[in-house]
Amino acid sequence: MTAKMLAIVPAHNEQGTVASVVGAIRAQLPNAAVVVVDDGSLDHTAQIARHAGAMVLSLPVNLGIGGAMQTGYAYAARQGYDVAIQIDGDGQHDPSQAGALIDVVRSGRADMAIGSRYLAQRRKGSSFLRRLGNAFLARYLSLVTRSRITDPTSGFRAVNRRVIEFYACEYPTDYPEPEAIAVLWRNGFRVVEVPVTMRERQGGRSSIDALRACYYMIKVPLAIAVGLLRRREIDRE
Amino acid sequence: MSRVQVLSVVACLAFLGWMFQLMRSRRLKEQDALVWLATGLLLLAFALKRDLIDQFGRAVGIAYSPTALLLVLVLLLMAILLHFSTVISTLTDRTVRLAQELALLRHDVEDAGPRADSQNESVVDQE
Repeated sequence: MTAKMLAIVPAHNEQGTVASVVGAIRAQLPNAAVVVVDDGSLDHTAQIARHAGAMVLSLPVNLGIGGAMQTGYAYAARQGYDVAIQIDGDGQHDPSQAGALIDVVRSGRADMAIGSRYLAQRRKGSSFLRRLGNAFLARYLSLVTRSRITDPTSGFRAVNRRVIEFYACEYPTDYPEPEAIAVLWRNGFRVVEVPVTMRERQGGRSSIDALRACYYMIKVPLAIAVGLLRRREIDRE
Repeated sequence: MSRVQVLSVVACLAFLGWMFQLMRSRRLKEQDALVWLATGLLLLAFALKRDLIDQFGRAVGIAYSPTALLLVLVLLLMAILLHFSTVISTLTDRTVRLAQELALLRHDVEDAGPRADSQNESVVDQE
């Protein structure tokens, strides 16, 4: 039986890159449907994505990456997809490497596979502070989830049906990637990292500038800690 | 009753009356008004019985009773603001879910449109 696969591409004002991202996914993952979640873009992201052959979910307002991702998961849950792959709309994730993530999930080794930049190679980045922040977050998440997490902010992920259904109801907002790992672990899902390489972003810029970085480093660890104190959403069998 | 006491009582009653008027005209929901109601009634009690605040001050160990009044006021206002924050969080959650639902429905509608018009329209994913 072949699994129904859906590539979810969150995009906010990515008209410059979304066509090539959709094209690359369709070329590299011919069995997967592609849905672009247009997060209230003011440019032509939606039309260009549709023209490139993707389905498009257009949010009427900008919800942020968390709200956009959850829209994709809600769609995947309703349309009965077995596997969902998150691929950013800015072109930094290489769809040809998604196969390794999908294999992990389909073989049942884990419920979610995360493409990590830092499993195979050393941490590098634009600034020392960003490296430090990422390293701290990785250690913190590894500690609370008692597993090895090296790239907690990676948005290159594949999940199985159970996680699709879970994320459709429960997905963090406002820099959600690290929290999304913690909340899965808290509810008994297994998360595994897979080494990948990422390209420099082709367009757009990082959503995190210096001032927001402070907010990020306080909000995310706090939200993770609070999440662990919260009651489980689902019971482990 | 001293003049300031009369003034306080009248102000409290006016405040409570305004609140009931808001509830009556459905501009304020009863569940959101509870915290205001508690505030109004407590202030009214302090206005009617002036040694109440002194007793409270002595009980918690505040020598200067107007400070105790200030403490009570600040706590009440904080409670009200926190209540507002929870209401805002709930509203934000609902707005997000509604926006998501709207995107999904819009997709369904746009998907159904061309299919009804032309049969050879390629539909990528429909079961």
